[in-house]
Amino acid sequence: MDRNSNTYTFIYAAVMVILVAAILASAAMALRPRQDKNVEIEKMQNILASVNIESTFETAGDIYADKIRNQYVIDSKGEIVEGEDAFEIDLKREKAKSPEDRLLPVFECETESGLKYIFPMRGAGLWGPIWGFVSLNDDMSTIYGANFDHQSETPGLGAEISTQWFQDEFKGKQIFDQSGNLISVTVTKAGQDAPKDHSVDGISGGTITSKGLEQMMLEDFNSYKEFLMKKKS
Amino acid sequence: MSEPLFSKKNLKLLSDPLNDSNPITVQVLGICSALAVTAQLKPSLVMAVSVMAVMGFANVIISLLRNTVPNRIRIIVQLVVIASLVILVDQVLKAYVYDVSKQLSVFVGLIITNCIIMGRLEAFALGNRPWPSFLDGIGNAAGYGVILIIVGFARELFGSGSVFGLQIIPDSWYIANGGFYENNGMMILPPMALITVGIIIWVQRSKNRKLIED
Repeated sequence: MDRNSNTYTFIYAAVMVILVAAILASAAMALRPRQDKNVEIEKMQNILASVNIESTFETAGDIYADKIRNQYVIDSKGEIVEGEDAFEIDLKREKAKSPEDRLLPVFECETESGLKYIFPMRGAGLWGPIWGFVSLNDDMSTIYGANFDHQSETPGLGAEISTQWFQDEFKGKQIFDQSGNLISVTVTKAGQDAPKDHSVDGISGGTITSKGLEQMMLEDFNSYKEFLMKKKS
Repeated sequence: MSEPLFSKKNLKLLSDPLNDSNPITVQVLGICSALAVTAQLKPSLVMAVSVMAVMGFANVIISLLRNTVPNRIRIIVQLVVIASLVILVDQVLKAYVYDVSKQLSVFVGLIITNCIIMGRLEAFALGNRPWPSFLDGIGNAAGYGVILIIVGFARELFGSGSVFGLQIIPDSWYIANGGFYENNGMMILPPMALITVGIIIWVQRSKNRKLIED
């Protein structure tokens, strides 16, 4: 058959595409369970990192089972919702709902310095979503630890939110001010006037990501507000 | 087949890209990924192995198909072969070495655009039998990988004081601990990779007279 005829070219292309699609689809299906497991372990590692517990890929599962004593889902009124698995809640889907309908996961971790509450967050950076876990002391205002991650922020700039030095800055900050208003933590530039208990140093060149992070924390702590108030009193 | 598997001619296919026609330092191809992933040794090594897998298989597949590929869509056929292999590599990395795959993130996908691969398919595999094509692919990937590993080694050692994530420079040397040493933050950034590659090119040319142009 003539290799340069149109018919040959079309048939060749069609057969090739179908073959390749079949191969790739079966490979993706075969590897899916392992990949899901990896994502799950990473989430455990991130949750543990937010209460300043280091874990490796191998140990994360065991440490998680040992340290995270309790996990539950609450609604916007701060009431516990039965029959939901906090670990399985997809924040991306929840944030698409209106604030009253959101399901909000809470994790409790027992540490040497008392009970910590871990709150997952999700927001927008410059190029894509950013997310993280922030843990509070049982006074429900002092930040005990934070862990942030991102999908596609610029390395060296916005991507710095996932580095240790930036996350460490949040330790000890207060999310409620003296008169009990929820003001969260702001990310500021050097020289900017901001109350010390409620602000951290921003990232040079990462302003939009920093602002996104600030927005994310304020917004998400706000949806937990009823729960925080209840526990506070 | 009359020719032995590892005849002189075939071995040359393997060894040539390591020096005389190195894809990075002589042909200056695949620079983008060489700069991007070499901040540490581990991703450099994984990238080198991934490219080797993709290139070896892509060359063999295209070589097997070489008498059937319609001339007018040959570039598309090459791309489809490379892209599917890359997706396979990416899926395998995600399943078995998740942390590395996170670090390489977008660069695995960028193997598709690595011009060394397309170049070898077009220049070699389309006109040669599978076995020499395989050797050519492995050879060129090795030539690429060697440079990646040298650059990754230098950048991790001087930039982070470690090799494969293991601390090499003693802690007591650091200024923070009362010593005299400080990691060179520049080494972590891509520009230093370019300079490192430049130094390698310099050393290579001064050793290898054949490469010096008048």
